[in-house]
Amino acid sequence: MIKEDLVKIGLEVHCQLTKLKSKLFCSCSADYRGKEPNTNICPVCFGIPGALPVLNEKALKYALMVALALNAKVSERTLFYRKNYFYPDMPKNFQISQYDKAGGIPLAVGGRLIINGNKIINIRRIHLEEDTGKLSYEGTIESSNVTYIDYNRAGIALMEIVTEPDMNSPKEARLFLQKLSSILEHLGVCDPSLEGAVRCDANISFGGGKRVEIKNISSFKEVERALRFEITRQRSLVSKGIDVKSETRHWDDVRRVTFSLRLKEEEGDYRYFPEPDLVPIEISNEMIQQVLSEMPELPEARKKRFINQYDLSSQTAEVLTSRKILADLFEESVRFYPNPREISNWLASDLLAYLSDTNKEIESLNITPKHFAELAHLIDNGLINRNIAKSIFIEMVTTGKMPSEIVEERGLKKISDQHYISEIVDKVFKENEKAVKDALVNEKAVNYLMGCVMKNSSGRIDPNIVLQIIKQRLNQIKEGD
Amino acid sequence: MKSYILKLPAVEIINRIKGQEISAEEYMIKLFERIEREERKIHAFITLTKDSALSQARIIDRKIKKNEKLGRLCGIGIAVKDNICTDGVRTTCGSRILENFIPPYDATVIERIKSEDGIVIGKTNMDEFAMGSTTEYSYFGPTFNPWDRERVPGGSSGGSAAAIASHEAGLALGADTGGSIRCPSSFCSTVGLKGTYGLVSRYGLISYGNSLEQIGPITKDVKDCALLFSCISGHDSKDSTSLPYPAKDYTKALVDDVKGLKIGVVKEFFGEGTDEVVVKYVWNSIKKLESLGASYDELSLKFLEYALPTYYIIAMSEASSNLARYDGLRYGLRVPNKSYDWNTIFSKNRKLGFGLEVKRRIILGTYALSAGYFQAYYLKAQKIRTLIRREFDQIFKNHDVLICPTMPILPFKLGEKIKDPLEMYMCDIDTVPANLTGMPAISIPCGFYHNLPIGLQIIAQIYREDLLFRVAYTFEQN
Repeated sequence: MIKEDLVKIGLEVHCQLTKLKSKLFCSCSADYRGKEPNTNICPVCFGIPGALPVLNEKALKYALMVALALNAKVSERTLFYRKNYFYPDMPKNFQISQYDKAGGIPLAVGGRLIINGNKIINIRRIHLEEDTGKLSYEGTIESSNVTYIDYNRAGIALMEIVTEPDMNSPKEARLFLQKLSSILEHLGVCDPSLEGAVRCDANISFGGGKRVEIKNISSFKEVERALRFEITRQRSLVSKGIDVKSETRHWDDVRRVTFSLRLKEEEGDYRYFPEPDLVPIEISNEMIQQVLSEMPELPEARKKRFINQYDLSSQTAEVLTSRKILADLFEESVRFYPNPREISNWLASDLLAYLSDTNKEIESLNITPKHFAELAHLIDNGLINRNIAKSIFIEMVTTGKMPSEIVEERGLKKISDQHYISEIVDKVFKENEKAVKDALVNEKAVNYLMGCVMKNSSGRIDPNIVLQIIKQRLNQIKEGD
Repeated sequence: MKSYILKLPAVEIINRIKGQEISAEEYMIKLFERIEREERKIHAFITLTKDSALSQARIIDRKIKKNEKLGRLCGIGIAVKDNICTDGVRTTCGSRILENFIPPYDATVIERIKSEDGIVIGKTNMDEFAMGSTTEYSYFGPTFNPWDRERVPGGSSGGSAAAIASHEAGLALGADTGGSIRCPSSFCSTVGLKGTYGLVSRYGLISYGNSLEQIGPITKDVKDCALLFSCISGHDSKDSTSLPYPAKDYTKALVDDVKGLKIGVVKEFFGEGTDEVVVKYVWNSIKKLESLGASYDELSLKFLEYALPTYYIIAMSEASSNLARYDGLRYGLRVPNKSYDWNTIFSKNRKLGFGLEVKRRIILGTYALSAGYFQAYYLKAQKIRTLIRREFDQIFKNHDVLICPTMPILPFKLGEKIKDPLEMYMCDIDTVPANLTGMPAISIPCGFYHNLPIGLQIIAQIYREDLLFRVAYTFEQN
């Protein structure tokens, strides 16, 4: 029987540097999404004969930021290599990448990321390379009579981050990716919420068994699913006494299964050699210092600051800093209305629960820091109670309406009109004579009367005032006796 | 009348056009009359751009009339090797696979020529993808040597050199990966320069061996060469391997004086296989320079014997990767077929599109880069390349230039060496060291033997084109 802790997972993460203006080696736009196919191309990225690549210096700077944020050792000298293989999505039939063998030196080696508070995931290497074009089919690969190729993505700057096989469960793989994504977001180099911006391949093996590679994992939700499927598949093979083969498998995110692409022995020989059209890059200490001095606050530091500055729990601070957009939302809301505890609860629990239930992304919601500031303000002022606040919250995130607007529309404001409440109290007292008698001798029976009054007003009246009036009436009865 | 003008050096033609002794249009009409006559015998061009050349000439005439500022190449007709991209003009690389390829952009050198009012008159014949030393490997048929039409013009820039030798062009551009400018210059009695690696932008030059090749001038004399080189060289941000130096005016280096210069004569450049006639002519040239005040000594380079295999391993390795993009999917030859399998489609296109020599070099290069052979071939070749470079650096500490034959043999007959690739590769023995080391090298005529031209090669240290021009100019003037 295979135990979960015998699982070893390593990830090869590809992150597009989506915040760049242009591609890695030409001036075509880095924003290729949603464009007419094959319009975001030029002689360089389309591989027209004679055109030559020129490195986007900003891409190098971004990659250095990521390397330094992951505590990796930046190479003093690094160079690009050609990875040669024929495939229709590559305009030149080679990919400009980096390599750690055959004399190659990647941008950075080593490094680490801590997940779950104390689990160290070591980074093997970090390098820059160009993305490929995209193939699409009519229907499925098998049934389609045509293959469409869109080269708009070809040449987009991609950073490859390769980990050691230090993760021991699919959940850890997901946590790693989440944490990495938050770092990329905080550095302002990548927007992980964009489709295909963060993709990964996963290597998985059981207790020293054969290594299986899974390709085509397009998000960190998928990584956990794909790895769980693979563990189940391999476990069932082993239980039947069948050997797990060393192979490359493809994750089908529609059918949610992996299928075999090729055995490891059939892997191509990529004939790596130094890219003769580019020159080696020297990375000076000054350059590193410069990047360090411009480095924005990272999630780990921000989490600590949240704990100190806003008196949040470690767990809440962790959740908030897991997405830059969430942490930003929090800090800006607090700037409008300084109740960090109230606001952090709405964001860290209610908002995330809503996103997970509805399968939405924060970016797609029409909400601003003012929404949360106002919500907290209404609660603090006793204008709405918590139950009402929850329903307002749902409407607010669904429609983007301001909480005050919703309150107005629904007439939800708590009723604090003494006269109106007195009338209801009088009515309840008449209808519940026995309970009133009990209440005169027993403090606890007061609660029952409270409940009746609240029920009569659909919970919209201020309970503090209700209690005050009930006590007044009871006192009047006692005094009248 | 005035047709003698075509035989003048380009500098003279340019001056006459600027001086309104002849209009640019008149010159261009005469030039194309001659091209149409000569082409039947020489076949220097794959594509002619007569219409655009004539309209360019008229534009320049208007500029002259309006007294506008004129470029340094004012009105001159320039033949361009067909592996240099020209916007809207097909660029074939001498290959079937690019037979109908029309680039959507101009190479940097073409932009620079145009900005100096030079006029592209056509694209010249070449060995397919510049792989060859005779221009016989062109898909469009061979070019014939204007001095003896039974013989090859050299290669791979054979069309450009033949166009100059037959006065079908005022100036020409070639490209030199292992001698492709200097070899045909030697065989056609023209001046050909491969500059320091990185001085001329490669942007728009269709790659064969990226780390070795440079675009350069092929001209009637040294002065023309200095002029064209001044116009096309200088830093280009579109080529990452371009050196960060601005363009220089090399015509200032045309000094008729070699007094005090030290010439190195490397004995390996006169080794086995070098024709006695060539040896004699080159030595006579050295003696002549000595009589003009230079001194020389003989020396030996022990790694030079490895230059040829080193060159071929690197060039073929790079080529195997550079030529991978020709799969027929995006541009170039596409064979009609019913297969939906891209592997099959690629194979069919490449099988029909590439010639024999190109296939040979792709296969050999692929082999040299393959797992298990990479260390023994590619990596070792790179190490030897470094050693060769170091040896030359040592020599240049106390020598100004090296002088040797450009080609070890005289121009030979068509078909003579095409059956034996190794014999063909041996022709490059004296030219490849300059490509491996990045040093500039020029080939200038040093005489004829029974009407067959012989070329003299002068090599200098990196970035010392001035010395090449000085020695070449002095030799030419005396």
